Amino acid sequence: MPIVTIDDIKIEVPEGTSILQAARMIGGDIVPPTMCYYSSLKTSGGYCRTCIVKVEQGSAKDPRPIPKPVASCRTTVMDGMVVRNITSPENLEARAGVVEFLLLNHPLDCPVCDQAGECHLQDLSYENGKSETRYEFPRREFDPIDIGDKIKLHMNRCILCYRCVKVADQITDGRCHGVINRGEAAEISTYIEQAIDNDFSGNVIDVCPVGALTDKTFRFKSRVWYTKPLDAHRDCKKCSGKVRLWYQGEEVLRVTARKDEWGEVEKNEAGNADWICNECRFDKKEAKDWTIDGPTKVDRHSVISANHYEGLKMIKADTLRMMGAKPHGIKVELGEGALDPNNK
Amino acid sequence: MGKKLLLKNDHIPYIHKLSVYREHGGYSVLEKTLKTMTPDAVVEEVKKSGLRGRGGAGFPTGLKWSFLAKPEGVARYLVCNADESEPGTFKDRYLMERHPHLLIEGMIAASFALGANTSYIYIRGEYFYVARILEQAVAEAYEAGILGQNILGTGYNLDLHVQIGAGAYICGEETALLESLEGKRGNPRIKPPFPAIEGLYGCPTVVNNVETIMAVVPILELSGDEYAKIGLGKSAGTKLISASGHINNPGVYEIEMGITVEDFIYSQEYCGGIKGGRKLKAVVAGGSSVPILPADLILKTANGEPRLMTYESLGEGGFISGTMMGSGGFIVMDEDTSIVKNLYTFARFYHHESCGQCSPCREGTGWMEKIIGKILDGHGTLQDIDLLWDIQSKIEGKTICPLGEAAAWPVAAAIRHFRSEFEEYVTKPDSIKDIKHYYRLQN
Ligand SMILES: Cc1cc2nc3c(=O)[nH]c(=O)nc-3n(C[C@H](O)[C@H](O)[C@H](O)COP(=O)(O)O)c2cc1C
Ligand code: SF4
Ligand code: FES
Repeated sequence: MPIVTIDDIKIEVPEGTSILQAARMIGGDIVPPTMCYYSSLKTSGGYCRTCIVKVEQGSAKDPRPIPKPVASCRTTVMDGMVVRNITSPENLEARAGVVEFLLLNHPLDCPVCDQAGECHLQDLSYENGKSETRYEFPRREFDPIDIGDKIKLHMNRCILCYRCVKVADQITDGRCHGVINRGEAAEISTYIEQAIDNDFSGNVIDVCPVGALTDKTFRFKSRVWYTKPLDAHRDCKKCSGKVRLWYQGEEVLRVTARKDEWGEVEKNEAGNADWICNECRFDKKEAKDWTIDGPTKVDRHSVISANHYEGLKMIKADTLRMMGAKPHGIKVELGEGALDPNNK
Repeated sequence: MGKKLLLKNDHIPYIHKLSVYREHGGYSVLEKTLKTMTPDAVVEEVKKSGLRGRGGAGFPTGLKWSFLAKPEGVARYLVCNADESEPGTFKDRYLMERHPHLLIEGMIAASFALGANTSYIYIRGEYFYVARILEQAVAEAYEAGILGQNILGTGYNLDLHVQIGAGAYICGEETALLESLEGKRGNPRIKPPFPAIEGLYGCPTVVNNVETIMAVVPILELSGDEYAKIGLGKSAGTKLISASGHINNPGVYEIEMGITVEDFIYSQEYCGGIKGGRKLKAVVAGGSSVPILPADLILKTANGEPRLMTYESLGEGGFISGTMMGSGGFIVMDEDTSIVKNLYTFARFYHHESCGQCSPCREGTGWMEKIIGKILDGHGTLQDIDLLWDIQSKIEGKTICPLGEAAAWPVAAAIRHFRSEFEEYVTKPDSIKDIKHYYRLQN
C-alpha cells in the first residue's frame, strides 16, 4: 500500500486513496479545507480549488515535484509522494487567493443569512482568508428564487460547487436541476423554474456549503447558534430516519441529516450516506415524532466554536516561523502533538 | 518560395471538389496507405516525422497516438478539433474552406492508424458555412466509396461526421469538446483520466487539430524521415501562420519552420513589412494567450541571436524574454498601438469565455477585465497595476483547464514588458485622452 507524507506526517493508505482522504485519515489541521468535494457524491470535487496542496515529490519512482498546485480531492496518492499543505507558505498564499476569489462576488450578508454559524465559507474565510477585500466593483446580483415550496435559492451566495447538481443527478430521479449560463454569469437553476418535486430534494440544502440553498420552513426563525442540536431517529419507510433536531426551548425549529466532522452527511455501515427524505425534514417537527439518541457534539463551526480559530492561528504562525528560520526543503520537526487540534 | 505541403495546391481552382482534388493526386496517398501499410506502421511514420500538435500545445503527435488505450472490444475515436477560436488564429478556417478533401484524407489515414471506425470533425458554430463545405465534401467522399464501408475496396470501414458546436471558445479545450460532442454542457473535464484512456463516451479517443491531421497526408506521401528533414530540428515540417495586425499583407501563410521572425514580418513573400512604413512595437506570436513580446525581443532573443519561427526559438528565454509558437496566430502591432487597450480586448474575451467551473478563472477573469478597463479609462492607480499582477499569479496554475493560464499570461506579459505604458495611463490620464486610439470611448 502506498505511503504518503503530508506536512511531514507519514501515513500508509489503501491504493487509490486521494491526498485529501489520506489527510483526513491523519486528521487535525493539516486537512485541506473543501468546498465542493463531497465523499458520497460521485464525480464531486475539483471545482473550487480550496483544497489545493503542493506536491514536492510526485512518487518514489518519479520524485520530480508536480509543477502546479493540485486539487487534493481529485489527486490520487502515489507511493513515496511528499505533500505540503499548511507547512508551505506558498500553498497558504495560493489558497488565500482562492478564498479571495470565492468571496469576490459574495454578498457577505451573513447577518441575514440562515447559514451563518454553520457556513463553510465563513469557516474558510476565518481560517484562510484576509480580513479586507481588494474588490471595488459592484458585485454580481441575482434575485432569490423558490425551488418548490420548501427550498429557497439565493444565487448571490452560491459558489458553484456543483454539489446540489450531483445530488439532483444521483439521488433524486428525473433531474431538472443544473447549471445554466457560463462563467461569472453561471447559475444554478431548475428547468424552466420547475420545482424539484421529489422525496429527496431537501438534501440539496444539506450539501450546500453556503447559504445558497436554505430550508424555507426554518427561514429567519432563529440563528443557528441559539438552537440546540440533538440526534434523533424515527421509523421511516423512505429513508434511514436518522436526523438531527435543532431545538429552541421545547420547539423543533429544523430537521437536518446528521453530519460528520467534515460537514458531510454521515455514512452508515455500508458506507452510504444517510440522506433523509422530505417527510422527515419538513413535516416532522414535533418532539413526539422522534426518539432522541442524545446531544450532538459540534466541533468545528465558525460561530459555534470560535476558539478553534484562535488555536489554529497560533499553530500556523508557529509553522511559518519555523519555516522562515530554515532554508527551504529542510524538514520541519513539529513537536509531538503540535498538530493535534485538542492541544491548544 | 518556401516549401509548401498543405497549401501546395492552393492555387488550383475548385480544389475543394472531389474530382479536381483527385486529378491532382488526391486520395492516392490514402489508397497506398490502406493497401500497403499496417496501422502500426502509419503510427511509426508519424512518430518518425517529428510532427507536433498544431492546436497550441505542440505535443508530439506520434507519441500521443501511441498512448491510445486499446482494450479489446471497445470502440476508439478520432476527433478533429476544428473549434478554432483563439483570437488571432484563422488558419484552420482557410484550410477547411479550400482543402476539405485534404482533411478527409488525413482523417481516414489517422483513423486507420488508430483503429477508429467512427470519427468526428467538431467545428465551431460561427463556421457554419465552412461546415457546409465539409459536409458536401464528406457526401462526395461517401458517394465515391472513400468513406463508409469497404473504403476504396480495402475492407476498412469509417464513418465520418461533421458536428457543429454552438460557438464557445472553451469547447476547443479537448475535454470540453468531448462533453459538447456528447451533447452536454461544454465544461472541461477534470483530468486524469485523459482522453487517450477515457474520451468520447468513455472510450479511448485522440483529439487533434485540423492542421495536425492534414499534415499526416504529406508525411505518408514523403515518409516520416523525409518530412522530418523539412523545418529545423525538433520543429519539423511546415506551419500555417495566421498573420494579422498592422502589416501590409495579412493572411494565412505556410512557412517552413526555421525562417527568421524578421524575414516573416518584413519579406514580400509573407507579411510585407509594417503598414505605412511605421515602426514595429510588439508581436503576439501564437494567438492571444501567448505572451506579447516587444519588437527587440521578438526579432532577437535575449542573447542577441535572431529569433526563428520554431517552437524552440520562440520559446527561448521562457516567459521572461520569450513566448510560444501556440496556434500560430501572429498579431503584429505598430508603434501607435496601445498595449493596454489591446490587453483589455483580450481580457474581455477570456472573461466572456470562462466556463465558470473553477473559482480562480470564473472570478479572476472578470476582475482583471474590470481593472484594466478602469486603467484604460484613466481612473487607475499604481496599486492597480500591482493588483493585476497579483491576480494573474493567483489564477495561473490553479485552474482545471488551461483557459486560466491563457487569461493570465497576456496580462503578465503586458505588465512585464510594457509597465511604463500602464503607468502612463495612471499618472497622466489627460495626456492619453489626446491620442485617439489611447482612449477607448473615442473610437
Ligand atoms: C481554452 C482552450 C481552447 C482551445 N482551443 C483549441 C482550438 O480551437 N483548436 C485546437 O485545435 N485546439 C485547441 N485547444 C487545444 C486542445 O485542447 C488540444 O490540445 C488540441 O486540440 C490537441 O490537438 P493537437 O495535438 O493536434 O495540437 C484549446 C485548448 C484550450 C485550453
Ligand atoms: S479554467 Fe476557466 S474555462 Fe477552464 S475549467 Fe476553470 S472556469 Fe472553466
Ligand atoms: S474541494 Fe477540492 S477542488 Fe473543491
